Formats: sequence, structure tokens, C-alpha cells
Amino acid sequence: MKMQSYLGQARSLGSTKNGVHHWWHQRLTAIALVPLSLWFVFSLIGLADADYAAYKDWLGDHGNVVFLCLFIFTMFYHAVLGLQVVIEDYVSCEAKKVFLLVFIKLIAALMGFASITAVLRVAFGG
Amino acid sequence: MAEFSLPANSVVKEGKTFKAPAGAKNVKKFKIYRYDPDSGENPRLDTFEIDLDDCGPMILDALIKIKNEIDTTLTFRRSCREGICGSCAMNIDGTNTLACLKPIADVKGDCAIYPLPHMPVIKDLVPDLNMPYAQLRSVEPWMQADTPAPANQERLQSIEEREKLDGLWECILCFSCQTSCPSYWWNGDRYLGPAVLLQAYRWIADSRDEATGKRLDDLNDPFKVYRCHTIMNCTNTCPKGLNPGKAIAEIKKLQFERQ
Repeated sequence: MKMQSYLGQARSLGSTKNGVHHWWHQRLTAIALVPLSLWFVFSLIGLADADYAAYKDWLGDHGNVVFLCLFIFTMFYHAVLGLQVVIEDYVSCEAKKVFLLVFIKLIAALMGFASITAVLRVAFGG
Repeated sequence: MAEFSLPANSVVKEGKTFKAPAGAKNVKKFKIYRYDPDSGENPRLDTFEIDLDDCGPMILDALIKIKNEIDTTLTFRRSCREGICGSCAMNIDGTNTLACLKPIADVKGDCAIYPLPHMPVIKDLVPDLNMPYAQLRSVEPWMQADTPAPANQERLQSIEEREKLDGLWECILCFSCQTSCPSYWWNGDRYLGPAVLLQAYRWIADSRDEATGKRLDDLNDPFKVYRCHTIMNCTNTCPKGLNPGKAIAEIKKLQFERQ
């Protein structure tokens, strides 16, 4: 039974004082993804039907390596920020919410790290 | 998870039908949500056939006619009947608005009337607004200034400073916007909602107020403000033509500016 006053419920635990950070990063990564995604799609079109050697050659250009790593990092970061909002919006069970929030961050970190190391290995590996 | 279907005891059943008087030529059906917590029954949708030739032009006129002449148990809030008190906010024809400002002629076909969505219902068209009122109080919607007011005169504002309050001071706190917001439906216990945030911005934007930083501190929270996903139902539904969505965007802009 809840006998706490409405004002007590409304004030609850107070402000976390960190909402703007997430909001700003979500917008920044969204804007950054516009040119990065276009560059990525056009690069893939240019590499259609290419073999491993052609990809390795393409990644011989340091600019391509930098852009590809930036694209991967920004994409996973943006995905985590977006998924976090969806989970916070719709999952009200606190335990499930915390689990999912940690889970998506770990998965994104793992996939991002794996992708970037793969790119670096192709680019600089033997 | 967020609930998308009604619990069994909230499912709305078919209710009674009250026929129009014999000889009525201009008849319109009003389907009105009825709920009596004392009866223990599910809510129902009663149908009232009203002769529009014998009724005022607004939805509120029809409701008052029903209460006076057909069913005195119909319960709703109303006071000023001219869109300034905010009492008669309800969901009419699928949109939250004020019954006193909504012409019957604007509703095509049968007119469905429900209480403001996603709030606990006290009876019929009367929602429990205790939580949004408490949330309003939590943003301290009054002037806070350490500088004493000048002796024998009001605190002065330039014309430009005063203009910043236009589109904000007109809010009558009917909570049409608040209860139209899906984010408020899902997270109304933590998200302050558009009406409360418009009021918060009304004091942030006031040049006479000296607590702007503290106000922005208190609002800088993923739930209090940043549950707003610019869905814009608030702005679409406001019966006073205000723009709570813009007020929330201004709060976010100021939060960002001061980083």
C-alpha cells in the first residue's frame, strides 16, 4: 500500500543531473552518422564483387581505416544510446531494466571491439 | 513492460441508450464513458440521443443538458464555460480538449466522450489529477528572487523580456497535453509531462526570476525532461493553441548551452 504524499512521489529521489549528456551525444552521433553512412555505402558499392585482396588494398589507405573505425564506433555508440531510451521507456521492472541496459552495452562493446580489431588486422596484419 | 491492453475490470462494456424525444428532427448520438467506483461494475459506454435544435452549440452544453434533463448521475467537471478555468478537459472525438470550447458541429457522426486518457478515473468523466498537480508543485512554479522587490513598485521587465513569456503564461493547466503524451502514459510517475514542463519553462524564461540555474539543475534528469521524444501530441491537442513541445525544446537547449 502506498501512503506517501503525491508531492513526495513526484519529488522521489530528485534529479540525477545528467540527462543532457545522453541527449546531446545521441544527436551528435546521429549527425555524424549521416556522412559516415553515406561514405560507407558508396565505398561498399565501389567494392562490389571485390575479393579479399581488393579489400586489403582498400584498407591500405589509412584514411579508409580511420573512417571505417569511426563509422563502427559511432554506429555502436548511437545504437546503445537509442536502445537505452527504448528500454527505459518500456521496461518498468527494475531488475530486467538494469540487466538489459548492462547487456546491450556489453554486447555493443564486444561487437565494436571485434569489428575494429578485424579492420585493423586486415589493414595492418601480415 | 508497458501495458498496451486494459485490465479485465477496466474493459468498457456497452451501456444504456437514452432515446431522443419523439418528434426530434436534428438528433446526434453522444456516447459517453461512465464509471462508478462504488458499483463494482466495469465502465460502460452510455448512448444519449440529443435533439440539437434544443441544445446549445458546444459539447459542454450537451453534457449539461444530459445532466439536467436525462441522467443527473452523469459526473464531469466544469466551471467557467469559456475556456479559462480548464476544468472541463476531456477526450472528445479522440482528442483531448475543453468541452466548453469544442463545437458539437466539429464532430462528424456520433460523438464519443471519455475522461482524459491514462489517468485514474474518480467517476465518469472526472480523472484523478493529484499526480500532475504534485508534479507541478515540484517545479516550484512561483517567482524566486533574492533581490528584494523595489520599494512601492513592481519588478520591472523590458518589453522584450516580457515578450518571452507570451505563449507560456496563457496555459490554464487543463492537462489536455499532459494526458495526450504517450511518454507520460508509460512513465508518468517520473516524467514531468508537457504541461508541467511548460510551466517550468515559464519561470526559467522569466527575467525577474533568479533561480534559473537551480531550476535547470532540477530538470537535468533522463526522466524528468528527457522522456520527451518530440511526439508533439501536446502541441496538436492544446485547446489554447500553445506549444509545450517548443517549451521543452527550449529547456533542452538551455541545458546544452550551459554545459
